[in-house]
Amino acid sequence: MTGAPRPEFRPPRPRSPVTESAVWAAFEGIPDPEIPVVSLVDLGVIRSVDVHDGHVRVEFTPTFLGCPALEVMKRALEQTVAALGAEPEVQVIQDDSWSTDKITPAGREKLRAAGFAPPAPREASAPKLVQLQSNAFRCPYCGSTETKLENIFGPTPCRSLRYCDSCRQPFEQFKTI
Amino acid sequence: MNELLLGLADDELVIGWRDSEWTGIAPMLEEDVAFSSIAQNEIGHARAVYELLTDDADALAFDRPLEEYRCAPLVELRLLDWAHTIARRWLYEEADRIRIAALMDDAESAVAGLAAKIDREEVYHRMHAEMWHERLRGEPRFHDAVADLWPYALGVLPREQRAELARRVGLDEVEPVERGTHTPELAELWNEMTMVRRSAPAGAQW
Repeated sequence: MTGAPRPEFRPPRPRSPVTESAVWAAFEGIPDPEIPVVSLVDLGVIRSVDVHDGHVRVEFTPTFLGCPALEVMKRALEQTVAALGAEPEVQVIQDDSWSTDKITPAGREKLRAAGFAPPAPREASAPKLVQLQSNAFRCPYCGSTETKLENIFGPTPCRSLRYCDSCRQPFEQFKTI
Repeated sequence: MNELLLGLADDELVIGWRDSEWTGIAPMLEEDVAFSSIAQNEIGHARAVYELLTDDADALAFDRPLEEYRCAPLVELRLLDWAHTIARRWLYEEADRIRIAALMDDAESAVAGLAAKIDREEVYHRMHAEMWHERLRGEPRFHDAVADLWPYALGVLPREQRAELARRVGLDEVEPVERGTHTPELAELWNEMTMVRRSAPAGAQW
């Protein structure tokens, strides 16, 4: 027989139903277990999303290493990917790649609206007590800077306790990390 | 198993336990909160370091016979007065700062990355310790407590890092209380810490 060689038969590949943007969109629906007004995307803890052939590899970083919600977040990420019809692989990366600077502007405003003062930006050197004791921190309720440090530590590793002398309310201040 | 990392993890686990014991009985409410928060961080650090060494951090943390723990005697001591408790916080954070800084230069990126993360969180512990050190430095009871615990503090660090600790805290090096022999207090601590875990069969899901 003469003629062009027949092309090799390849069965059609099932189209991957999942795209990276679909995964990120779905992740925006996962609330932080402790402060549900913000999502995991708002917090900036999702380091990377890799979609390949219906398999989604997610890396995320804890805010603080002692965060008790790590397992809950991991499971929520896995379930969200599975609900999209893809196979999840979620890894917790415990390094220094997350910082409070990664909280999105939208996330910061959601925190403030919920009564938490968003974190100050990271500086070149580590935070000092004298900085925390200064009144550079704005009250999330009334906006005054007449605020004082009550405690370096608060109800969770990520927050300090402050008091607003203007509207006379205590509030929680996100630590810069 | 990496003895240095296991020692670090065991130190953080045990001092986390000791610090958590102050919840509700500290001399002021702010310190109940401070000690609880610091303890939570320390136990988180212990977990993260155990996870560098094993797939089953719980088993490594809780299921060893006592002689296989690598914690330093400093963290095991059951300290019932505030002067000693604060002296230990201060000395421990000064020692930890030095060894964490060294680990941040580790050839293995997972170790260096974790050490950098730990360092950022401990900035707030150091703030707290330095605040108290400033407040109490002129007090004879605090001075005596520091003197009592100083040999133990030296034992937290490997030999080559002790001179730096002495420089930082302004004390002369003395004969250290080395790792390797546990205090009688560790057995009691371990019994309480593992009581709930041991109450269920091995492999139970919580």
